[in-house]
Amino acid sequence: MISLAGRDILHAWGKFLFTGIGLGLLIGVTLTMAGVYRGMVDDAHVLLDNSGADLWVVQQDTLGPYAESSSLYDDVYRSIRGMDGVARAANVTYLTMQVRRTGGLAQRDVRAMVVGIAPDGPGHPGWPGFLVAGRHLTRGHYEAVADVASGFSLGDQLQIRRNLFTVVGLTRRMVSSGGDPMVFIPLKDAQEAQFLKDNDAIVRQRARTAANPALNRPNVPGLLDAVLAAQTTNPSVNAVLVQLNPGVDAEAVAEPIRRWKRFTVYTRAQMQEILIAKLIATSARQIAMFLVILAIVSAAVVAFIIYTLTLGKIREIAVLKLIGTRNRTIAAMILKQSVALGAIGFIVGKIAATFWAPVFPKYVLLVPGDALRGFVAVMVICVVASLVAIRAALKVDPAEAIGG
Amino acid sequence: MAEQTTEEPGIRIEGLGKRYGRGDTAVDALRQVNMSVAPGEVVGLIGPSGSGKTTLLKCLGAIIEPTAGTMTLGGEVIYDNGWRINDLRALRRDRIGFVFQAPYLIPFLNVTDNIALLPMLAGQPNREARRRARELLDALDVGHRALAMPSQLSGGEQQRVAIARGLVNRPPVILADEPTAPLDSERALAVIRILNDMARQFETAIIVVTHDEKIIPTFRRIYHIRDGITYEEQGEGRDLH
Repeated sequence: MISLAGRDILHAWGKFLFTGIGLGLLIGVTLTMAGVYRGMVDDAHVLLDNSGADLWVVQQDTLGPYAESSSLYDDVYRSIRGMDGVARAANVTYLTMQVRRTGGLAQRDVRAMVVGIAPDGPGHPGWPGFLVAGRHLTRGHYEAVADVASGFSLGDQLQIRRNLFTVVGLTRRMVSSGGDPMVFIPLKDAQEAQFLKDNDAIVRQRARTAANPALNRPNVPGLLDAVLAAQTTNPSVNAVLVQLNPGVDAEAVAEPIRRWKRFTVYTRAQMQEILIAKLIATSARQIAMFLVILAIVSAAVVAFIIYTLTLGKIREIAVLKLIGTRNRTIAAMILKQSVALGAIGFIVGKIAATFWAPVFPKYVLLVPGDALRGFVAVMVICVVASLVAIRAALKVDPAEAIGG
Repeated sequence: MAEQTTEEPGIRIEGLGKRYGRGDTAVDALRQVNMSVAPGEVVGLIGPSGSGKTTLLKCLGAIIEPTAGTMTLGGEVIYDNGWRINDLRALRRDRIGFVFQAPYLIPFLNVTDNIALLPMLAGQPNREARRRARELLDALDVGHRALAMPSQLSGGEQQRVAIARGLVNRPPVILADEPTAPLDSERALAVIRILNDMARQFETAIIVVTHDEKIIPTFRRIYHIRDGITYEEQGEGRDLH
């Protein structure tokens, strides 16, 4: 038996191809949206992986350091480092801000997560796991290692708050949960960037403190200087990252820190839950809404196209019915055309998504499983969308071929 | 089951009626249709607009159901105050050929497959169906266009292909609905000549519904239909060769 659907497609291949391309671009957008969500989840996992931590010690009753601000003293890590099961513990600060490239090159602002890392050396919690160019931080101040996604190059001068940093190393896939590239700088500099006020504010604060009779007592020399010194030092960090010895139960170490040191501690699973279920939940719902709308639009487009193509063949369908073609043969013809259109659209969409995904500013992760699910969804949509056209075709009276 | 008769094959219609609606609003589109067309014979069916030609054609084509009378096709009673055939679709496919005013070829099938589609639908192997289609195309002198698409054919060629499609399953009857309407005199006469030749060659009864004054003199027998009633008269039977 002749494939009526195949012959019709071959006969009007241009119409099918261009319609398929249009539908494909729509499917490509849908696959990309799914890829954006996967990218966000992957960014969250990468953030946790790259921190090198098994436990996150943060300010009590906060979801810090990624989901909420958290502040704790920078000597907390010492007492944690001495606990049983703890291999390493390190202070860390995170601050998402605009980092400005200065110097001879064109000035450029990049939104980045500035990570302050303790001067322990590579392999310690918080440090970038690997470099793709240059070297790690070796000096205590004014050096930076940047993710390549920031667009910075070795030797670039970066302005972070009032200080200038030189990029000495480049790393890859070190991003925040929001997909912003990371810039690693020494902890002391990061603390200053995060907590130190500007000069004018410091002057005003000194004046206010000096004007306070309780802090500026004539008969207590040195009190005012001590207060001012306390106000301008930066003893806070956002979190302490803890690495455990192999085989140690994370919860067994976390529990005493919560109980006796009065901090909130998250294990890796809990931090993953915060990042994925809380931090990107709204974005995920937003993307899910887009996916639903795009699926509906795709279904409407396929239904409209197949319905229009079918209406254009009413006379031929009447002739086919008159000469004894079974309804199921006609229904199969329309169904196959719809499915073929979906298949063309999916192939175009997959290719388009693969090509344009790397151009997106945020990481787009195209997962084979999503493509498979997308293909099944497209096929289901095409089958459902063809029902309207099939109904119209089956209602055609064979007498229409005769007229009268 | 269909009831077999001892009459000759072809088509015979007796007292056929078709009523639309009920009660006061009922309309009798066909009142008393009597026709008999022998195998190999071509008859004309003529009538003014609204006389019931199209309704009769639809009844003969098993597209709509008459409300009275009998129809015998190829010696088999197919209607006797009710269909005697269960599968009307198969009846149309296998035992009735259609030729329309416009060829209505399937635009996405080539000439051969337009014809071969019918036997394929009836379950014949593609190769055999195409062989029969080629034979008919050769008989109709359009064998050289076997692989062309319908849009590449002239109007006359398209109508010949449509005739071949009507003949391909060797039906005992062909219903031709104004097959020469869009053609000039020469081509119209050529089509009627082909229909006559094919009727003789394949022993098929052909009923040609027409308004076309050019071809009416070619029929040996003509049925006039007026207000749903048929009247038979002898035609001129002008020589087509």
